[in-house]
Amino acid sequence: MPHVNHNENIIEADHISFSYSGHEVLHDITLTVHRGDYLGIVGGNGAGKTTLIKILLGLLKPSSGTIKLFGQEISRFKDWAKIGYVPQKATNFDVNFPATVEEVVLMGRYSRRGLFKSMTGEDRHKAKEALEHVEMWQYRDRLIGDLSGGQQQRVFIARALAGNPEVVILDEPTVGIEQEIKAEFYTLLRKLNRELRLTVVLITHDIESMSKEAMHVACIDHTLFFHNSVDEYFKDTHAVIHPHP
Amino acid sequence: MNFFELFQYGFVIRGIEAGIIVALIAPLIGIFLVLRRYSLIADTLAHVSLAGVALGFLLNISPILTALGVTVISSLGIEKMRNTKRVYGESALALFLSGSLAIATILLSLGKGFNTNLFNYLFGSIVTVTQTDVYTMLVLAVIVVTTLAFFYKELIYITFDEESAQVAGVPVRWINMILIVLAAFTISLSIPIIGVLLIAALIVIPVVAALQLRRSFTTTILYAEAISLFSVIAGIFVSFYLNLSTGGTIVLIMLAIFILIMAFKRQ
Repeated sequence: MPHVNHNENIIEADHISFSYSGHEVLHDITLTVHRGDYLGIVGGNGAGKTTLIKILLGLLKPSSGTIKLFGQEISRFKDWAKIGYVPQKATNFDVNFPATVEEVVLMGRYSRRGLFKSMTGEDRHKAKEALEHVEMWQYRDRLIGDLSGGQQQRVFIARALAGNPEVVILDEPTVGIEQEIKAEFYTLLRKLNRELRLTVVLITHDIESMSKEAMHVACIDHTLFFHNSVDEYFKDTHAVIHPHP
Repeated sequence: MNFFELFQYGFVIRGIEAGIIVALIAPLIGIFLVLRRYSLIADTLAHVSLAGVALGFLLNISPILTALGVTVISSLGIEKMRNTKRVYGESALALFLSGSLAIATILLSLGKGFNTNLFNYLFGSIVTVTQTDVYTMLVLAVIVVTTLAFFYKELIYITFDEESAQVAGVPVRWINMILIVLAAFTISLSIPIIGVLLIAALIVIPVVAALQLRRSFTTTILYAEAISLFSVIAGIFVSFYLNLSTGGTIVLIMLAIFILIMAFKRQ
């Protein structure tokens, strides 16, 4: 059952613009993600989705506008453990990297541990739990590069979960993943959102899946031209005229 | 002379002590450099350290210490230049490599340092290693290992996925700086045993060989350590018996191991 708490803002982007070498990539974007929401940010290639997510995560500074995470100004925000990030990695990380599935997931404990502290039994336990959530525990000793794209993506989700986040942000998670695995993947995200009560923000060009899976959709093409519930999306003629992509 | 009589010579023992220290440290730094496609920085810093060695000759103080100073300062310069993004990363390396080599030749010609002693620093020789060198190397090694232990999990995270590490709050820029300074430490302390021109091999080859075995991160480090330790000790003995350059012998043994692993993997 949906359990969006409209009184609690997880992410607030207020009039965000971003220019790169004089070219405006994002123009005046305002959007809010509430606790428990499942938001799909959709747009075509080069629409500025990844730039937006990098701004929301503090990896890029907007040219203008402000970001608040969990009600706090992003420059003062310290509690990064609350945010689980799944980068666009399943298809473009070093497949020869010598790390086992368990070693990769343990990286996700960093934000809980901080500098100068080494990993403890508790970290290993959390990593195990996270791997069980994505049904990858039996692969813990395999090298990450030896897994299929879908399995790797699950491991990256486990890494995000290992830090006990309150929101999980995923950047194009289904790129390069086979169709049938994609369905399993969305089932997993639904589980995270409905059962683990995590707020989910997903960037994708896959509007079709989002219209079935997400609660809200934000359509981006350098600017935000639609942001509402999925039902409203189908009523909105503008969005239907410009189905991106 | 049999194997055990060898240990009657003080310089042999010092050489082996120094060799073991270097052999243990180099792959620890190497794994992070190699996996981040940073291998060439080892070569650049090695050339930079030659300018330091030349300075040591000229001022008549320990070449390891002057090499250390010059290399650490240059490593910070390289990192800063890379971060400002005004020159490409590898161009920064080329600038430092050729610039420091030019400075080294000038300093050496001023100090009339083109002699056999210089040859030892270029290609390594256990005869070069003094007792003070061994102590200096030990102190540097302790610093390198302790610092790596402190930042181990951050280094793995950054090496695997810098962006996610940054989102998780890892101070990426600082850790990168620390890594490059540690590389400078390792290179300076390896000079007497393996020589300026071959240090990069010691940092890179055992790691590249161990990576072929495709194991976990921790196991890969252990394999690299084993390959490095074996090559250095075997290299010291072989070079002593056959009167060859120590550095060259060590590097060829490491390459032979790498080729053996590749051949074995193909079967």
